[in-house]
Amino acid sequence: MRHDPVLGQTFGATIANVSRRTFLTGVAAGSLILAVGVPALAEEEKYAGDGMPHGLREDPKIFIAIADDGTLTVVCHRSEMGQGIRTSIPMVVADELEADWSQVKVAQATGDEPRFGNQDTDGSRSMRHHFMTMRRMGAAARQMLEQAAANQWGVPVAEVEAVKHEIVHKPSDRRLGYGALAKAAAELPVPPRESIKLKDPAKFRYIGKGETPLIDGFDITTGKAQYGIDTRLDGMVYAVVARPPVFGGKVKSFDDTEALKVPGVLKTVAIDPTPAPAVFQPLGGVAVVATNTWAAIKGREALKIEWDDGPHASYSSEEYKATLEAAVRQPGTVVRNDGDADKALAGAAKRVEAEYYIPHLAHATMEPPAAVVRIVDGKCEAWACVQSPQATRDNLAQRLGIPAENVTVNVTLLGGGFGRKSKPDYVVEAGLISKAMDGKPVKVTWTREDDITNDYFHAVSMERVEAGLDEAGKPVAWLHRSAAPTIISIFAPDPKQEADFELGMGLVDVPFDIANVRVENPQAEAHTRIGWFRSVYNIPHAFAVQSFAAELAAAAGRDQKDYLLELIGPPRQVDTRKLAVKWNYGEDPALYLLDTKRLRGVIETVAEAAKWGRTMPKGSGLGIAAHRSFVTYVAAVAEVQVGDGGVLTIPRVDIAVDCGPQINPDRIRSQMEGAVVMGISLATLGEITFKNGRTEQTNFDAFEVTRIDAAPKEINVHLIPASDYSLPLGGVGEPGVPPIAPALTNAIFAATGKRIRRLPIRDQLAT
Amino acid sequence: MAYTLKINGVDHTVDVDGETPLLWVLRDVLGMTGTKFGCGMAQCGACTVHLDGTAVRSCQTPTTDAVGASVTTIEGLSPDGNHPVQIAWREANVPQCGYCQSGQMMQAASLLKDTPKPTDDDIDAAMSGNICRCGTYPRIRAAIKQAATKMAGVQ
Repeated sequence: MRHDPVLGQTFGATIANVSRRTFLTGVAAGSLILAVGVPALAEEEKYAGDGMPHGLREDPKIFIAIADDGTLTVVCHRSEMGQGIRTSIPMVVADELEADWSQVKVAQATGDEPRFGNQDTDGSRSMRHHFMTMRRMGAAARQMLEQAAANQWGVPVAEVEAVKHEIVHKPSDRRLGYGALAKAAAELPVPPRESIKLKDPAKFRYIGKGETPLIDGFDITTGKAQYGIDTRLDGMVYAVVARPPVFGGKVKSFDDTEALKVPGVLKTVAIDPTPAPAVFQPLGGVAVVATNTWAAIKGREALKIEWDDGPHASYSSEEYKATLEAAVRQPGTVVRNDGDADKALAGAAKRVEAEYYIPHLAHATMEPPAAVVRIVDGKCEAWACVQSPQATRDNLAQRLGIPAENVTVNVTLLGGGFGRKSKPDYVVEAGLISKAMDGKPVKVTWTREDDITNDYFHAVSMERVEAGLDEAGKPVAWLHRSAAPTIISIFAPDPKQEADFELGMGLVDVPFDIANVRVENPQAEAHTRIGWFRSVYNIPHAFAVQSFAAELAAAAGRDQKDYLLELIGPPRQVDTRKLAVKWNYGEDPALYLLDTKRLRGVIETVAEAAKWGRTMPKGSGLGIAAHRSFVTYVAAVAEVQVGDGGVLTIPRVDIAVDCGPQINPDRIRSQMEGAVVMGISLATLGEITFKNGRTEQTNFDAFEVTRIDAAPKEINVHLIPASDYSLPLGGVGEPGVPPIAPALTNAIFAATGKRIRRLPIRDQLAT
Repeated sequence: MAYTLKINGVDHTVDVDGETPLLWVLRDVLGMTGTKFGCGMAQCGACTVHLDGTAVRSCQTPTTDAVGASVTTIEGLSPDGNHPVQIAWREANVPQCGYCQSGQMMQAASLLKDTPKPTDDDIDAAMSGNICRCGTYPRIRAAIKQAATKMAGVQ
């Protein structure tokens, strides 16, 4: 810990962040070296937080400060986007520190990874990677306070004890508050890791309780919370950008005569397009700068731009779907091969096959991308809602030609992230416009139309699965082909295969007890920006695998849940490397085994809670699906009712989650509730289609998302308790999403006999 | 030209084009950023404020329409942040990212004013114009009912 003489002093201040940004290192070096999938031959493989760019930092003098009045300030170096991390990280530190929650504050770190370690807030790993470092730092600070008190009283440190923001010496009935000890404690050395004494979990005040109110709750409910879009600086001007409507396009010519006549418009600024692969750099276009956002929008409407649409001008979702269909009907690159699937299929008593399609999706964070940047005396400062503050810093530095140490990225609250805000293209735009405005502070706001037409879209995907069943209906062969454009397409020229990290998301790691398994990845080209969307390729893979499992159950005339458990087979712990998995969510495969007992456990828990097997009225049904992702196990049961004309209602969803130790159960529940709604949204409504290279949806009127009237009235979250806080943690933010769509369509099958293989469902039930 | 707007009980004179949506006057001209931009076409409800006590979408409310009316924003929903809706939102830990919640609470406060004991159908009807991408709907529903109970107890 350190002494905080001035409350509110700036913490951290400068450097950066990475994770899904792992890719960047190689790109910046001029060639694409993927941290995933390229085995490090000479050096030992690094996992978890140590495997992230800039690794983990564990120094209480960086992360913890105590002021003279006792105020404890904990630095949160992860971005807050609704997962509650600004509450959960201080909560962990405060617990180990024996702090009184009413005296705890949080300070948001700037983008500065050399100082704070990796800051990429993605991959459902904030608590997974930082629980133990935060615990140890809190405990170290507590021991420093105890030592300071012992020194002051001249008593053995063993005789003193920290109790709720005070150090107590029971034999003499003396006590000192943390504020009074802060200065002396901060001057002591940080105890080495081996002498750190973690709290007995039985004495936790906050961890595992789920009773800590949100640290930003008051500000959010009173309109005081500051998101990126809310940043205001003196002399600030406002900009919107006209971007190429087609990926890879550019401005051929533009006429800003009328735009400049709009009252309030100050200037237009051409932004050069970034040659592919553009990584996180902007699309280019023409910015309109004005005295307020509305004037900038009106000015943009008055711009006359002739576009060169580039090589993707004919991208059509309808045609591309046919391309993907053709691809999965032919052999592709084999990415897992157990036994002899062809032979087993040929000899099977019954063969079943099906194809599943999931379209592009837009993130549509409620706060669209927005950022403020100013450049003063060669130093750039940004205020931005970003999941990747260090990548933001690096990209600003690269594009503006300013050394990274002269770039400061202040991280605001994020009004939703879901992977979109891992890509800081919008912050770089603000930087370029500020540069053109002599460094004046510039706020770039993406309108909803900008956000939906120029997103980094979730990949469209076609999945074909074929199985052979024996006489008893048990599968003897499994052949899965998955074709989808890869996220690598924003990092490298024209890749056509899914990357290891994409294949490892529920495709090759299918956990079934089947002797003959072959998984193939036919080629697919990207014709738009592809990016991470909450739970990523687990969405199509889980939809295919869990739908097909239910189709096999139906073919075998069996109960879906019982059949799924048999497919998974007896409880066993599988090293994912044996399933041809080359990327286990960045975790050590020896530590994070695929544990079918846990997968079975969530299924059995959710089935019991949802009263699986109960008699349903006509037109109603239950469906189940289970999936392991982000090293967490989740199963869901959806209850649906399909009324006249195919009107779908979802009265209830039960979801069971085994994520190992639960640090902030209330936020785990809220993440699961949200995942259920997002899963329903993508299953029932979400679709981005392209025609002539352009999205056919531009706002929430056409890119529909689930609203309160269509959300389940009842969402029951069932947390599987962990026996021990020393067990490895699983992810929370993403793993709730993948099982929802298949649980829902399986329920629709149970209710109606109709099998949905193409998302979104929309009006497919009407016919 | 200059318009005088009464916002949270205080008169503000602003010099804007009369067609400028109230949303951008609040956010950019007056610096009241609690009211959020979400879609610009009355599809998401993030920009919801009260005009003479009724919930409206400020992105579709021209400045001229707000002249002579009493505008209430999230910053003025209560003097101390303790409107029953705000309290209920905090007690239920409703927000995730929180961005849409200003609009959700303004809509909910308007609903409860007109319908002190809303049914689920009432809540669906009143709240379905407000999108929450994080999916906090179950807690929004619970918090509205909790706020209704509290308000009934006060009366």
